[in-house]
Amino acid sequence: MIEDSKLTSKRIAEYLSNGKRFDGRKVDEFRDIEIDVNLSKKAEGGAKVKIGKTEVWVGVKMSVGEPYPDSLDKGNLMVTSELTPLSHSKYEYGPPKFPTIELGRLVDRGIRESGFIDLKKLCIVEGEKVWNIFIDIYSINDDGNLLDASFIGTVAALKSTKIPHYDEKEGKIDYEKKPKDNLPLTENVPMNFSIYKIGGGLVLDPIQEEESAAEGRLILAAIPDKPLKICSMQKSQTMDLDTDEFGKILDLVEQKYDSFTKEINKKIDEAIKKNK
Amino acid sequence: MAYTKRSDGRKFEETRPITAKVGVVPNADGSAMFAFGNTIAIASVYGPKQLHPQHMQNPSTGILRVNYNMMSFSVSDRIRPGPSKRSTEISKISEWALNSAILLEEYPNTVVDVHIMIQQADASTRCAGINAASLALAHAGVPMKDLVASVSIGKMDKQLVVDVDKEEEDYKEGEGATDIAMSFMGAKKLTHIQLDGKISSKELKEATEMGKKACEKIIEIQKKALKEAMELVK
Repeated sequence: MIEDSKLTSKRIAEYLSNGKRFDGRKVDEFRDIEIDVNLSKKAEGGAKVKIGKTEVWVGVKMSVGEPYPDSLDKGNLMVTSELTPLSHSKYEYGPPKFPTIELGRLVDRGIRESGFIDLKKLCIVEGEKVWNIFIDIYSINDDGNLLDASFIGTVAALKSTKIPHYDEKEGKIDYEKKPKDNLPLTENVPMNFSIYKIGGGLVLDPIQEEESAAEGRLILAAIPDKPLKICSMQKSQTMDLDTDEFGKILDLVEQKYDSFTKEINKKIDEAIKKNK
Repeated sequence: MAYTKRSDGRKFEETRPITAKVGVVPNADGSAMFAFGNTIAIASVYGPKQLHPQHMQNPSTGILRVNYNMMSFSVSDRIRPGPSKRSTEISKISEWALNSAILLEEYPNTVVDVHIMIQQADASTRCAGINAASLALAHAGVPMKDLVASVSIGKMDKQLVVDVDKEEEDYKEGEGATDIAMSFMGAKKLTHIQLDGKISSKELKEATEMGKKACEKIIEIQKKALKEAMELVK
């Protein structure tokens, strides 16, 4: 693929300085979002999320292992992501590059810090045996904003997860027995927002070309407390922000959060119901 | 006890229900999903495109490069992401299975990249992967002599069966399970065969005939999926 030309980036920035986007969306408007939790019968939970043409698959697998020395009474959470060559010609095989690592780290931080998973309830024998939760994220088609898609997919996958049957005597998981218990989750359902700075303006849910035109992004996850509680944040890339701009981002998230989170969670719950 | 009945009620020469669909990855030049029952593969194709590094280029033809990978959650015990010996071998086997069918002489110094991923595994994943890849190549408009179709033939004790599932793969009674994965170009020429187990040459001849017949049907399904996609474009 030819890299998005500087000309396209310049034009996108010009448009956005007048509050306009190529596809006619408002600056804070998302593309259509589709959620399906029917991913793999071999997974404990999973989700396919589409935002416009962007598609991400998130699978949850569980196993029993030892706790970390600093959390002897808690389950372990591990998030891995793969930006697959299947999903875009710019991705290659080989050791993970920074965007791949950052994606997994950002989802991990948002989920972990929100307290969404009740990791204490995933302790089997303190100091000896706990549940491991593996969240694996795969890009299927990258048309921008993989992170928000991955985060929504992770929340959906976790909500759809059933704990497999652990045979204490044999010391292994029995996949033949039908699992019945849901993953212990709390009310703190987190949501992620990636806010991109393009042409001096702030944009949500960029397509591929907009992403290439961006100076950088601020990523934050929040839980629906009153008032809203921000639980993780990262400024990505070399862009700088003055404090006014930073304030604007927080206002934008505050204003967008409730309706967006409600809509997404409704879609997730409907998808889970449909898959029963 | 002889193998007289398949656990899912299939006839011996019957595949599991097949689903095939093209256009599942919009970014790619061609893409497809192919499923034998609970075994689901997706594939995307990029190219022909300039091959880098230059020393790998072939000035007399374009080349095919295939990668096969299982998703971590496609099996009960999570697979660590990244290549393994198994996936490296299957990648090459799939490349050879497809290579005879494609015509890249008109595209010297280029590469066609095929990426296969297994979403859900219930045995015969390489066959589902090759079927998805063949469809994706056709969908991408890569010049081809014919479609390639792939199927596994099993021998359960003494009984030959088409399209082996996981339960059959693990069959232990009598002579046990023999698993023969094979691919045919245009349901005529054998482009891939692998065997695990024990089988006589007479039975193996029968098995390949059975595989050829099954591949005829698979090619029809592949063609139907391609036509459906063309009609959608219209």
